Amino acid sequence: MGVTAGTVVRVNGPVVDVAGMDSVAMLELVEVGEARLPGEIIALERGTATVQVYEYTGGLRPGEPVEASGGPLMAELGPGLVGGVFDGMLRRLAGAPEFLEVGARPATLDRSLRWRFVPVVVEGEDLEAGAVLGSVPETPTVEHRALVPPRIAGRLEWIAPEGEYTVEEPIARVAGRELTLLQRWPVRRPRPVRARLHAGAPLVTGQRVLDLLYPLARGSTAAVPGGFGTGKTVLLQQIAKWCDADVIVYVGCGERGNELADVLQELSELEDARTGRRLLDRTVLVANTSNMPVLAREASIYTGVTVAEYFRDQGHETVVIADSTSRWAEALREVASRTGQLPAEEGYPPGLASALAAFYERAGRVRTLAGAEASVSVLGAVSPPGGDMVEPVAAHTRRFVRAVWSLDRDLAYARHHPAVSWRDSFCRDADALAGWHSLHGDWNWGERRVRALSLLAEADRIEAIAQLIGAGSLPDVERIVLLSGRLLREAVLQQSALSANDAHCEPSKQAALLDMVLALHDCFRRLLDQGVPATRIEETDLAEATRVRDEAGPGDVEAVEAVRGRLLATLGGLL
Amino acid sequence: MSAGQHIEYSGASSARGPLLVIEGVEGVGWDEVGEIHLDSGEVRHGIVLDVHRDWAVVEVFEGTAGLRLDEVRISFSGGPLRIPVGESWLGRVCNGRGEPLDGGPPIFGRERREVSGRPINPAFRETPRDAILTGVCAIDGLATLVRGQKLPIFSVGGLPHLELAAQVAAQSRVAEDEPFAVVFAAVGITHADASDVRDILEQRATIGDIVLFVNTVEDPLVERIATPRIALTVAEYLAFDRGRHVLVVIADVTSYCEAVREVAAARGEVPSRRGYPGYLYSDLASLYERAGRVRGRPGSLTQLPVVTMPAGDITHPVPDLTGYITEGQLVLSQELDAQGIYPPFDALGSLSRLMRLGAGPGRTRDDHLEIAAQLYALVARARQVADLADVVGADALGPSEHRLLEFAEAFRRDFLSQGKVEAHSLDDTLQRAWRVASQLPRRELSMVSTATLDAYYRRREEDGDAPSGPAG
Ligand SMILES: Nc1ncnc2c1ncn2[C@@H]1O[C@H](COP(=O)(O)OP(=O)(O)O)[C@@H](O)[C@H]1O
Ligand SMILES: [Mg+2]
Repeated sequence: MGVTAGTVVRVNGPVVDVAGMDSVAMLELVEVGEARLPGEIIALERGTATVQVYEYTGGLRPGEPVEASGGPLMAELGPGLVGGVFDGMLRRLAGAPEFLEVGARPATLDRSLRWRFVPVVVEGEDLEAGAVLGSVPETPTVEHRALVPPRIAGRLEWIAPEGEYTVEEPIARVAGRELTLLQRWPVRRPRPVRARLHAGAPLVTGQRVLDLLYPLARGSTAAVPGGFGTGKTVLLQQIAKWCDADVIVYVGCGERGNELADVLQELSELEDARTGRRLLDRTVLVANTSNMPVLAREASIYTGVTVAEYFRDQGHETVVIADSTSRWAEALREVASRTGQLPAEEGYPPGLASALAAFYERAGRVRTLAGAEASVSVLGAVSPPGGDMVEPVAAHTRRFVRAVWSLDRDLAYARHHPAVSWRDSFCRDADALAGWHSLHGDWNWGERRVRALSLLAEADRIEAIAQLIGAGSLPDVERIVLLSGRLLREAVLQQSALSANDAHCEPSKQAALLDMVLALHDCFRRLLDQGVPATRIEETDLAEATRVRDEAGPGDVEAVEAVRGRLLATLGGLL
Repeated sequence: MSAGQHIEYSGASSARGPLLVIEGVEGVGWDEVGEIHLDSGEVRHGIVLDVHRDWAVVEVFEGTAGLRLDEVRISFSGGPLRIPVGESWLGRVCNGRGEPLDGGPPIFGRERREVSGRPINPAFRETPRDAILTGVCAIDGLATLVRGQKLPIFSVGGLPHLELAAQVAAQSRVAEDEPFAVVFAAVGITHADASDVRDILEQRATIGDIVLFVNTVEDPLVERIATPRIALTVAEYLAFDRGRHVLVVIADVTSYCEAVREVAAARGEVPSRRGYPGYLYSDLASLYERAGRVRGRPGSLTQLPVVTMPAGDITHPVPDLTGYITEGQLVLSQELDAQGIYPPFDALGSLSRLMRLGAGPGRTRDDHLEIAAQLYALVARARQVADLADVVGADALGPSEHRLLEFAEAFRRDFLSQGKVEAHSLDDTLQRAWRVASQLPRRELSMVSTATLDAYYRRREEDGDAPSGPAG
């Protein structure tokens, strides 16, 4: 690997011009100055390279040396990622000091740890790129599978016997190449797959409003736009905790440090309902908070998605959560403005839309090189300035994602959480998933969803009228729609992240709650038909319907059905 | 380290706004500070914004007014701006650069630290917990301030946000046996306001657990950018090296941001929203994110910034970006102020996102979170009723709706309202909360558990002055 050296000629914040860089490539990683700050080449003009530096450049002077590394920014991949906390360049934060120093560079993976490796191939086999060499029990929940790296294939000349190895010790030799548990991959390039597949099963999030109304297929993409305080972070953290994926990569991209501390603590205390293990044992945290270097923030979503692809290639269902993609876009803008690029909309570089598209395009359900079916789902928060949904990041993101879970300020103010709006959200996987559900025993799934959405819309329409003339002046049929709409919102859609029983909800209880409200609505209509006035229905105490979501455990369908039975009986007594 | 730090360069080649261009420099680094000597003997200070081969762009803290290019003699310090840190800051009043205004000696410390600080490693952050009690009912009761949190006051010109911030700074406390301190950074405020603040804080100043930095409107603009950083550097030392619980008040962040905008314009940078630079979010985060707790260290740093919203617009970039970084907000309302309510706390717009970590069982009192959630819900319903009454007339309302309107009135007068030098204990605050909630029939308090109601709810007919629960 040839090392080119150059000299700093200009320092303007994180953007540094370097002279004497002749044989370097765009996006090549370099080390800048005596402090060896990592940076990336973002422009080349004859002998001068423009470098974006991933750290604070205070004190850096013209004349200091620069060294090129010979390759682009790479993620270090291998056992030791799960359960760890890393910065945007995937440097292990547990190995860094309490207050981050400039230029300190702990590696991603701990070199001193030994991992138990169990081979699954025998010497002499012909291996394709991406084939599984053996497994490492990385955590109690995640089985790490050591792979032949993409683009390497051939005869397995040697495989290490079962035993304990560090990430740097050889474990196999394929076509003359020595392989270790540690591999590198350029973060800005998608890892190859054998084929892209159609959507299949849903990603169950455990959040009712999503799973019932705006569901996502595994390998799909969703954006969560919302002004501050509308609940983006809480919603995404709930999904990180409770969705039914194998590996979660949570990227805190330019957001709060306290939130990351909180999620880290909760993940290490909470138990995964499916495995009985700590949730942290399936999570990789990339934490580049808002006060950490802005360019490492730009890199963080690429390192995050690369890690997810790496676990996908091992056959795992993975989810990448990026909170917030707007902060990443702002990092792009910051570099663009310092390098004098002509801005397009609101100062963002013209490449914003294609960068967003390329990021979400890394999601998908695929056949891996090793032949397994696996997926990467990508969920991104969008933080529009002033809650303005037509600003560039929000507007472009809508074009590229399969679902938008739009958070509504009025709902959040009224403490209706999660504040997912039924007016501005959409999901393009619903039809495919309705098909999946009916194949898997829930024939009513699609119809239930449509009935719920139309009841919400109808209740909204009537509410708008009620606000002008007072609910008392409405005809009875409309008054019961108001009542059912309120029940649907309070008994089904609201779900407190702080509730012991209801922080997550299993599909069976989700369906039972919604069925209960729809059955009550049908009952109200029958009562009206039989001459019972709306006021008598309104006066009936239905509080139990609202309370049961909190009082019944996450999968306690019987409790819900009991309440439904009791309430229908009470209402029957009105005749 | 470098030859540059001892060399003095004479003459600047150009000046524009607060910026000077110095040519022929050698070994000068980005973000390095320099001292500028003028013929009159006056000394100014500057910081390097851009170095290109042998020229450097220097931003002058005190501004360039009255300065001739040929009289400039500048020498560079060899690194970014540093200040001494130590407990000797306590009890002092300084200007926005940290120079004494109180007639005392200059401040020394064993160690000097860069004012830009170092980011707290997220892997070593500890979740904020435990309250700082401010003695203000609205805050302690409904939006508890948690140690390690950043919770801004959103306000509008003409409202008493500065009085409230100073009152909180004057009254705040933690438990008896825990060391506490307040660092108050006044940024871009008027002389009159500055002297009001000093009056309010006087008692705390005599105890000596407060540091006051004052940058007034007529102080140099660029100094305003350094003041919060100096204050936070002092606070970080007191919190993380000395184990104190430190409350930092920054008033007014909007003035700070205006200084950032003006300097960015002088640099010829491409503006983003409303003329503010695109990096304003990261810049604000570099201040606000210095709040927190660090694992294995006993202290905490809590921030109460004041943000005035130009024209009351919460979507203005300063409150908007602030809201995206801070953990909630305390919103002041012109409507309540006009009704003579102090503090004019807008309950529906306000939120302390970390409240559950600082209040409730094992933290403040078992019923705290329940009664707070109940008051929020009732205030929200009362607001809907009031809106409806505006349309259909109060006569068209039913009795339960009238009760809600009466509740709202009691909430404003008997819960929110308090004097500017009045401090309430937490028990006091919660007792007031129960008293107004108990104006409503018990069945209306659906957010409170039966056990809590049994302990604290008082029906109207037995409304003596003695509480019926163990509230005491
Ligand atoms: N599902 C939920 N359950 C309970 N409270 C919630 C929920 N979602 C949001 N909240 C409340 O809203 C506040 C703000 O949510 P957050 O996710 O931090 O907003 P954002 O990331 O959009 O700024 C939280 O601190 C919490 O009080
Ligand atoms: Mg958030």
